[in-house]
Amino acid sequence: MKSFAPIVLVLEDGTIFSGQSVGASGTVSGEVVFNTAMSGYQEVLTDPSYAGQIVVMTSPMIGNTGINEVDAESSKVQLSGFLTTAMSYKPSHHQCTKTLPDYLVEQGIISAQEIDTRSLTRHLRKKGVLRGILTTEMDKPSRLIERARRVPSIESLDLVRQGLPMHETLKRSLTSGLEVVLIDFGAKGSIKKCLEDLGVRVRVVPPDTKAQSILDDRPDGVVLSNGPGDPARLTSIIGEVRGLLGRLPILGICLGHQLLSLAVGAKTYKLPFGHHGVNHPILDLFSGKVWITSQNHNYAVREDSLPDGCEPLYRSLYDGSLEGIRFSRSPILSVQFHPEAAPGPTDAFPIFSEFLEMMKR
Amino acid sequence: MPKRTDIQKIMIIGSGPIVIGQAGEFDYSGTQAVQALKEEGYIVSLVNSNPATIMTDPDLAHKTYMVPLTVEALERVLEVDRPDAILPTMGGQTALNLAVSLSDRGVLSRLGIKLIGTSVESIRKAEDRGLFKKAMEKIGLSSPKSFVVHSLDEAKRALTAIPFPVLIRASFTLGGTGGGIARNAEEFEQKVLSGLDLSPVGEVLVEESLLGWKEFELEVVRDRADNSIIVCSIENVDPMGVHTGDSITVAPAMTLTDREYQYLRNAAISILREIGVETGGSNVQFAVNPQSGRVLVIEMNPRVSRSSALASKATGFPIARVATKVAIGYTLDEIKNDITKVTPAAFEPSIDYVVVKVPRFHFEKFAQASRVLGPQMKSVGEVMGIGHHFKEALMKALRSLENNRSGFASVVLPESDSEVEEMLKESLDDRIHRIAQAFRQGYSVEKIHEWTGVDQFFLNEILELVHLEIEIAERCNEPLALFPDDLLRKAKKDGLSDLRIAELLQKDESLVREMRERRGISLQYRRVDTCAAEFDTTTPYLYGTYAGVDERDLSGSEGKSVVILGSGPNRIGQGVEFDYCCVHGVMAAREMGFDAVMINCNPETVSTDFDISDRLYFDPLTREDVLGILEEEKPMGVVVQFGGQTPLKLASILAEKNIPVLGTSPGMTDLAEDRERFHAVIQELGLLQPLSALSHSIGDTPEMVMSVGFPVLVRPSYVLGGEAMEVLYDEEDLTAYLARAVSLDFRFPLLIDSFLGQATEVDVDALSDGTSVFIGGILEHIEEAGIHSGDSACFLPPMNLSEKVLQTLRDQTIKLALRLSVKGLMNIQFAVQNEKVYILEVNPRASRTIPFISKSIGLPLAKIAMKVMLGKSLADLGLSHGEVARTPFVSVKEAVFPFKKFPGVDTILGPEMKSTGEVMGLSRRFSKAFLDAQEGAGMNLPKQGRVFVSVSDRDKPAIIEICQSLNSLGYKIVATGGTRDVLIAAGMDVEHVNKVKEGSPHIVDQIADGRIALVVNTVSGKSSQRDSLSIRRETLARNIPYYTTVAGAKALAMALMDASSRNVLEEVICLQEIRR
Repeated sequence: MKSFAPIVLVLEDGTIFSGQSVGASGTVSGEVVFNTAMSGYQEVLTDPSYAGQIVVMTSPMIGNTGINEVDAESSKVQLSGFLTTAMSYKPSHHQCTKTLPDYLVEQGIISAQEIDTRSLTRHLRKKGVLRGILTTEMDKPSRLIERARRVPSIESLDLVRQGLPMHETLKRSLTSGLEVVLIDFGAKGSIKKCLEDLGVRVRVVPPDTKAQSILDDRPDGVVLSNGPGDPARLTSIIGEVRGLLGRLPILGICLGHQLLSLAVGAKTYKLPFGHHGVNHPILDLFSGKVWITSQNHNYAVREDSLPDGCEPLYRSLYDGSLEGIRFSRSPILSVQFHPEAAPGPTDAFPIFSEFLEMMKR
Repeated sequence: MPKRTDIQKIMIIGSGPIVIGQAGEFDYSGTQAVQALKEEGYIVSLVNSNPATIMTDPDLAHKTYMVPLTVEALERVLEVDRPDAILPTMGGQTALNLAVSLSDRGVLSRLGIKLIGTSVESIRKAEDRGLFKKAMEKIGLSSPKSFVVHSLDEAKRALTAIPFPVLIRASFTLGGTGGGIARNAEEFEQKVLSGLDLSPVGEVLVEESLLGWKEFELEVVRDRADNSIIVCSIENVDPMGVHTGDSITVAPAMTLTDREYQYLRNAAISILREIGVETGGSNVQFAVNPQSGRVLVIEMNPRVSRSSALASKATGFPIARVATKVAIGYTLDEIKNDITKVTPAAFEPSIDYVVVKVPRFHFEKFAQASRVLGPQMKSVGEVMGIGHHFKEALMKALRSLENNRSGFASVVLPESDSEVEEMLKESLDDRIHRIAQAFRQGYSVEKIHEWTGVDQFFLNEILELVHLEIEIAERCNEPLALFPDDLLRKAKKDGLSDLRIAELLQKDESLVREMRERRGISLQYRRVDTCAAEFDTTTPYLYGTYAGVDERDLSGSEGKSVVILGSGPNRIGQGVEFDYCCVHGVMAAREMGFDAVMINCNPETVSTDFDISDRLYFDPLTREDVLGILEEEKPMGVVVQFGGQTPLKLASILAEKNIPVLGTSPGMTDLAEDRERFHAVIQELGLLQPLSALSHSIGDTPEMVMSVGFPVLVRPSYVLGGEAMEVLYDEEDLTAYLARAVSLDFRFPLLIDSFLGQATEVDVDALSDGTSVFIGGILEHIEEAGIHSGDSACFLPPMNLSEKVLQTLRDQTIKLALRLSVKGLMNIQFAVQNEKVYILEVNPRASRTIPFISKSIGLPLAKIAMKVMLGKSLADLGLSHGEVARTPFVSVKEAVFPFKKFPGVDTILGPEMKSTGEVMGLSRRFSKAFLDAQEGAGMNLPKQGRVFVSVSDRDKPAIIEICQSLNSLGYKIVATGGTRDVLIAAGMDVEHVNKVKEGSPHIVDQIADGRIALVVNTVSGKSSQRDSLSIRRETLARNIPYYTTVAGAKALAMALMDASSRNVLEEVICLQEIRR
């Protein structure tokens, strides 16, 4: 029997889950969230929105297809810690270039298998998001719990500005003649790819780019990307977003949607345990159509705080929370879910073409 | 969108008898559909010929018609019932085909009946290979290179574009019947011809073979607002080439990246859109090339299927119910998810466990059948294992099969590498055990992958299990107390049963169990909740695992629950009849206010629907798993008499643990099963049994046989490969039998029973509360004693038994019931010879005939039995002592056989059961009930034509009258030598035909040319059986009705005579007319 070093997840409420260490050794801290996607662990690992979080996969078999060269959402693993029931050391897939455990070690990610992920998920659902530490450095439980309690809240972290800038990818034939600026708050690579697939030139700019400098370049539209952490603390960014309103078509995705909403005066709040999965149904309040969407957020926009001129467009069929808004006077699309999927169903792809139409008008 | 109000009355078409490829999954779907429609206020009628179903219970639908599922019979029902719409997507291929035929005949338009759930255009587009391929091209999806052909010449032209091996599939058939892989021109010709013949539209698909490609299935539900969801993805462990029903399958898919999965998801949804499935569920199958990721669409079923039943059980998402609701107009967001209660059905289940389905084969019953699997389904049942990961799920499934294997079995592989390679290249039914053995012998994952095409992911999982087993086995000489704790924990988490660990350590299971318990390792129970714990649920759907924490809330249920042990996988002799009884037991216990707890591992059942019982444990029916559940359940009692053989095997374990068994005591059940002790009981009661003897060696067999006297029925205690139970008529038979005994490898003692020739067999099903006895039914068999009772046609009320005999049967039943202190159900098999009544067998438990009798007499016998077990007396339930239930109609049960699926297997019946299912005919007259049962069983009876007759010498006297009757009805008689002589001597006009050995043109030529409309063929002895096998196979292949017993032929002739003289065929009866 192969032996593994022990690893423990210690939560701020004193609960401890133990497992086997399969990644780097050491200690990492963060908010613990669960993800219910049954495929797409590589996308989850590399999604910048997970910065600062320890992610629990509820799906029991992780790593079966290994790691490949095509499915990463960014150039590195973004989450802080990774917890699974079982991990595959012998993946099987024609695109596979390395095993998941090797990748985690190489990326220095503290990770575990043999965690009772179902009990942990049930615990998080009951208690809500909890802070915790994941460590291979064994210590007295009381001391570990104390350390878990001292983990700074995600609201206090400047995660958006810590991310690596997104690489410019190959220029493709950009047939539409349109150009958008993608403000990178921790954007998933698939957002850029989805736009480029529609023939749009995408220029990526850092999170603190001034509104005026964007407007000076006269792009056809702006995309506010997804990203990690609490939107409400990004006050200067919200100010810049406000400066873009009404000036050109805007698409907000996830954190971008929250920033847009805050910019128009709406409020955000923290969900009890967030939406992290690829099976979230949303209802289009006008067409009655249901989309199954990919979601990854801990914050949402308060529907009752929407100002005049904004109305709810999509709502979650799970908890009724707001999933998108439309603006009666401005060409703005703002969605809480991930139209770029990756991982998850591509039902919401039409959001990008709708945005394209908006820019053409 | 709200439900449709333009329709009020809906008919559901069932799937008919259980056959290979269409089993209890359609009882599950039909039952859910009826309930879903009723709760919406629709009037529901149901047609199905299969009495062993919950869906045909008279209090389920408003009207239930037990008619053959033929378009003629359905048309008659529709004329009377006049529904506004038909829902044809719940009854498998049978129902879809009927819907198409009804439409083609103009019946639907003439009567103004709509189809809901699908349309004829969609069915055609999905089922017609050519149309389907075109549709796929239209939406940019690829399907395998293929040609639709209608003749051998056309097929040969197709061959120029596709290299061997080539896949041949017949259109519009069940379970892939009429297909196969052809590797050369000869095989090609043969398979194309048989496919053309078996396809109801004479159409065959010649297709590029995808041997070695991975196979995936997606279960999709779509509503009329164009919302679609994928309920579940399923991956086949066996690669393409093996029918998915015969493959080991896993949910969710294991070896796809998200990008690939989303491609399949989008493809599946566009396929539903293109085919036009607007309101319902479908199953879409894909092949994925493991080297390139290239995806091909294989097929789609625009209806619920076996896979959707599996997906429902695997996820907790009730596909049939939701598909029914969307069929009547609801959109998915308007339908509630019954498990989470807070979320809608418009979502995609996420599961945090793994499900493995393993098929159950029963080749022992069909010794001549090839065990090589292919595109034609051969398994007779299946089990599902739920585990916290793949290994645990696989191990749970393997030990659920009830084939005396507790995990990977030790199988013997050939000596040479090349032979091992050959063996592994063939997809044999137990290939997974051979793979494990090959790993034990050191073959590499790469080699085995090359030979089997099984994905390396699965092979590595199997290899890890084999390594674990080896590590355990290395400790077999150490004391258990020293067995390492971490190794034991790992073994249990990886799904190894106590029994398997015990085998590896060469210890007793109970010792391993004790060791495990001492170390505090026990089964924990998790919920199946559709959402991976994202929402709080209280669903009573559970599975056991050695990983995790128990989630059950059993507070307040201690001593109030009743556990009903299910019937396990379907196999020959253990079919859905027992699931029917279990479900009734559950319903009765709930009616009486107890918590009914169900344990079963068969996904093709109603009992494993999570809302049937108060708690469902989807777990193996083994000692370890059942005790694991009972430890905390602490039930007031356990019921073992409903699930057939499966739970009976567990009764002694319950007794050992002092867990009360409800109903007849296990001691009495044992007594009835113990030959010698029971013989004493028979004598004590002054009853008769056929003479019998026991022989302990080949040497003393002749003497023992003589002491009983010919003819004798012989059965060995145990034999590999079955087929050893036989009737011997004379010394010649005996010599031949003993000569074969060596090769059959059978185990002594050999049981020798006097065979009662020319005797009528009778089944009696009775109920007792310990003091009074109620007789549910006296079933007269059509075939004589000697044919397994499960294979024999039978009917009630009896017609050919004297008052005196009936009285005797009644009295003896009462005596036996009271002597055995029966509480609940009891079945007795009698033989009546010359007015004397002999007892063949007594089973103090539910029998296969309970559902049939319950439906015939309008009394739910299993439900009543459960109430008796829970303390009611028969008097409380309105039944009086000694009463024999009456029936206003004649009911006939006919057995249905799987011979068509097994090339080379003989259709002759004998003491060994071979049928997979049954149908019921119901009428005011025997003739109509019998003819309905025949039609229902697939006998397409001719109105005229030539009848071929060839019978054994013993049957010659009886055949004369039969032939005269048929002759008088206008049928021409054709016969070979001896039979012809007898008929001519009786003054009949008979046409002569050559036996096969007499040379062409012979009888098989005539059958093949379509010149014979009906075959009556009986044999005695092995040699005459061999000589005439080609006649019966050809008859089967041509779908010509046949009778292999003179009694069956006689019943047919009588029925045809009676039917011709009266106009009984137009009558339509519904089950609800039977009211006690």
